[in-house]
Amino acid sequence: MAEDLNDPLDDETWELRLYVAGQTPKSVTAVANLRKYCEQHLKGRYKLEVIDLLVNPQLAEGDQILAIPTLVRKVPEPIRKIIGDLSNEEKVLVGLDVRPVISK
Amino acid sequence: MPENSSSASATLPQLPKAPTGIEGLDEITEGGLPLGRPTLICGSAGCGKTLMGIEFLVRGITEFNEPGVLMAFEETAEELAANVASLGFDLKDLQARKLLRVDHVHVDRSEIEETGEYDLEGLFIRLGYAIDAVGAKRVVLDTIESLFSGFPNESVLRSEIRRLFRWLKDKGVTTIITAERGDGTLTRQGLEEYVSDCVILLDNRVIDQITTRRLRVVKYRGSTHGTNEYPYLITGEGISVLPVTSLRLEHEVSNNIVSSGVPALDEMFGRRGFYEGSSVLVTGTAGTAKTTLAAAFAEKICEENKRCLFFAFEESPQQLIRNMASVGIDLRGHVNEGRLRIEASRPTLNGLEQHLVTLHRLVKEFKPDAVVIDPITNLITVGNISEVRSMLTRLIDFLKVSGITAYFTALINGGVGRAEMTEEGVSSLVDTWISVRDLEGVGERNRGLSILKSRGMAHSNQVREFIVTEHGIELLDVVLGPTGIVTGAGRLTQQLQEHAQALASQQETERRDRELERRRRMLEANIANLRTEFESVEEELRQISTHEQSRNEALQSGKQRITAANPPAFNAPLSGETGK
Repeated sequence: MAEDLNDPLDDETWELRLYVAGQTPKSVTAVANLRKYCEQHLKGRYKLEVIDLLVNPQLAEGDQILAIPTLVRKVPEPIRKIIGDLSNEEKVLVGLDVRPVISK
Repeated sequence: MPENSSSASATLPQLPKAPTGIEGLDEITEGGLPLGRPTLICGSAGCGKTLMGIEFLVRGITEFNEPGVLMAFEETAEELAANVASLGFDLKDLQARKLLRVDHVHVDRSEIEETGEYDLEGLFIRLGYAIDAVGAKRVVLDTIESLFSGFPNESVLRSEIRRLFRWLKDKGVTTIITAERGDGTLTRQGLEEYVSDCVILLDNRVIDQITTRRLRVVKYRGSTHGTNEYPYLITGEGISVLPVTSLRLEHEVSNNIVSSGVPALDEMFGRRGFYEGSSVLVTGTAGTAKTTLAAAFAEKICEENKRCLFFAFEESPQQLIRNMASVGIDLRGHVNEGRLRIEASRPTLNGLEQHLVTLHRLVKEFKPDAVVIDPITNLITVGNISEVRSMLTRLIDFLKVSGITAYFTALINGGVGRAEMTEEGVSSLVDTWISVRDLEGVGERNRGLSILKSRGMAHSNQVREFIVTEHGIELLDVVLGPTGIVTGAGRLTQQLQEHAQALASQQETERRDRELERRRRMLEANIANLRTEFESVEEELRQISTHEQSRNEALQSGKQRITAANPPAFNAPLSGETGK
């Protein structure tokens, strides 16, 4: 499956949103982890938006956010969600369907 | 002592409650759900959990001015709005007026990947935002258990749910949490552990192909509550928990009398009728004119310009009107003028509770002075005896409390079951019990009517025969035969015999009169004869005496002449003296 989608995915710009609630340890960890993965595997072709629901609570409804932190892959379709502090890199990459760069 | 305790309890602070506005529920919970605390409503599918939640919110907004938030985990706002639109709840309008907020929470396991630690702060934020947006006082979480299918980490979920309920309590919002009923437990995920203030259980039972929904308050911390199972219905206006059976017998009584519609029947009662607001039961086997008696009563009520509600479980209104017209009871006029309302339905159309609710609703709408149910025994086809009994108890209670005269007919069979149901189940509840029955004689049946009981007034002990004529029901005078009261052809024979006897005795008298007359005339003739005879004898005798007299006179004159010729100067007196 990953191989089929490889080519189009490589060209697209990834839109990622990370929902957090204040500066809790989980949120901080999640932001740090995500930035690290993106720099490593999607360098130059991603847009990352970190949304603090304590500041903008009305945004929670739109993406059906329940768990904090939640990472939402808006583009490419389909929407995927990853909840948790993103500490397991492998799971995050599988969840986002990102081809790890290191393996190249 | 009882006064003391009751006054003490009246002054004690009560647990603050949020009235639900749901018909009947506030009575059972004695005021509503615990204010500012979560309440768990659990039940199996199709019980109306969501509906109860929505009604709680809508009534809160419309009746108590408390805005609400609905967090729906299963259905979208559009679906919910469409579902309850038929009940007259306009969710969209309420949302537009910022009194209600519906937040659909969509949880899809397939979209979610889990890695590392997380919590449900997002849910809290959303809920908190929604509450703040409308200033909500009431919150409904419709099946929060859906979360369990969306999040694999159950321990996180459980601690988060516990935190959520705590948080809702701190917020001071009155919350309803709905949950699916589990196997052997109240809820599938054991939510009752976390919600301990008030638990209401809804149940949906099918017995003999008829569904009855029931509600029970399993627990209510800090408050007393009705502990029974109460039937409830989802009606056109929302949920209606059946008005609680009033255990206290403290209704007002009236001293007024209403007529039974049959003058001769009234005569059988010490006060010429029934008490107003009492309940009357007419029992009888098939074809004993129970409906006719009921219709006569209904007509009488309407003639007095009162209103009567007639529940016909056997005949359609048209049929009833036609049939009653044939015995001189005109119902059509009263129907047209709105004094009489005939509600006809098959008993099996609805469950018992539905019937009861229909009745309640119509009584509230129509405000009748009398209610006729013909016959109550047909209801037994939709429930078992104990259910029908409890329904009738409630019904009779309700009518009594409302001061409405109730007139029931009941069919009794030769069979034991139904007769028992009538006798034990209802008769102790009714005030007046009239029994109509077949008096089966040689080759014919007649109808007999008797009063089995009549609370609070004297009544006749006779079994009266009655006939249904073109002018209504007529009670016949009691005819006593050699072996007791005779009816029907026996009565007619008896009457004929009596008539013949009277005729014969009259003829006999006449004959004797004539005989006497003849005798008299005969004697009179005899007397006349005798008199004639006497007259002739008298005449003869008189003649004889006349003749004798004249002879004597002649003799006397002859003697004088002789004396004159021979003067007897001293002869005569001397002769006298010498004779001595």
